Amino acid sequence: MPSLKDLRNRISSVKATQKITKAMQMVAAAKLRRAQLAAEAARPYAERMEKVLASLKSGLGAGSNAPALLAGTGSDQTHLLVVCSAERGLCGGFNASIARLARDKANALLREGKSVKIICVGKKANDVLRRQFGDKIIELIELRGIKSLNYAIAEPIGAKIIEMFHRGEFDVATLFFSKFHSVILQVPTALQLIPLQIPAKTAVATGSRAAYEYEPDEEEILTALLPRNISVQVFRALLENAASEQGARMSAMDSATRNAGEMIKKQTMLYNRSRQAMITKELIEIISGAEAL
Amino acid sequence: MAAFSFELVSPEKLLFSGDVDAVVAPGVEGEFTVLRDHAPFLTTLKPGVIEIDVGSKKERLFVRGGFADVSPTGFTVLADQVIPLADLTAAALDADIEAAEAVLQAAVGNESQRIALEKRDQLRELKATLKL
Repeated sequence: MPSLKDLRNRISSVKATQKITKAMQMVAAAKLRRAQLAAEAARPYAERMEKVLASLKSGLGAGSNAPALLAGTGSDQTHLLVVCSAERGLCGGFNASIARLARDKANALLREGKSVKIICVGKKANDVLRRQFGDKIIELIELRGIKSLNYAIAEPIGAKIIEMFHRGEFDVATLFFSKFHSVILQVPTALQLIPLQIPAKTAVATGSRAAYEYEPDEEEILTALLPRNISVQVFRALLENAASEQGARMSAMDSATRNAGEMIKKQTMLYNRSRQAMITKELIEIISGAEAL
Repeated sequence: MAAFSFELVSPEKLLFSGDVDAVVAPGVEGEFTVLRDHAPFLTTLKPGVIEIDVGSKKERLFVRGGFADVSPTGFTVLADQVIPLADLTAAALDADIEAAEAVLQAAVGNESQRIALEKRDQLRELKATLKL
């Protein structure tokens, strides 16, 4: 049985924790709004880009002169996994679910005898994946200290991926991030970057379009467009991730605050009961002492 | 003049969306004007001015390279960077060029060097076109 002083200490410490989680929740809510706006603002560009690429690809047909970034190298021996996660924890299952998706994919590939390389963007996925794939992680790109995401951050990451591809260091690249649906729902997603895959829906929508004219010509436009598309996809993943992270943190902190409230209630009840018990005990002692006289 | 829909987007946001009468864009093989029912057409852009004609109003924006997609449903410009006319001064542009130069110096590997070089050259070209 804990003493009254112990209980008092316990209650005040839970109260302090509750204050922290409450504050974190409010900060996350404010940041979420901003991140959500940024993610929504970036969506049109990525969508238009996808449409243009889809129509270019259908225009090009199954021609053998398609650039490697579009058609792939023809093999799928070496896979590059680009895993985007948060820089900080305390956001529920956010980092864990991205890492789990990447780990399952890596394990599946390894079982098939493929080789795997991993680039971690953000520290947390690295922390999780390092234990199992320490030798496979070739790079860690930290996002610490970056206040607001802009395209200039995504560009070097995209450039790095393309460079590695041109050096023949991998055949297939997949991007892992968490797609933001709502505050309570973020879906970890794997998106294939190289070779480019056009979602079936977009491909159908643009399939029947009239013949295009190209300036300078299709190939030149494609070679300019494809590297940019990779950076844009990375940028989009980072933005979706930022919104998801804040959403996950907000709901995690919300339930933490609620749990703390419940705990305080229970402990206070226990405290009051044992205080009352002590008073009753003392009274009984006095009364029975007086009766004995 | 009959209107058609025009959109100007940068990676960070949608800058313009709506019905316009005419748009002049700096194509890589020369400036071109898009009116309603233009033939489907796709081109890369060079640094320069986009002129949007809405009714009696004219809007001018600077773009630093990108793509233009004229489709039967409308006209879309995917720009790398868009700078409103009011924000563009010689000093700001010089600062941008200097920053691009610094990035170029620090860049390792072909691809990042290519991107940095492209950016610097585009900014220089923009400066030259504007004669600032």
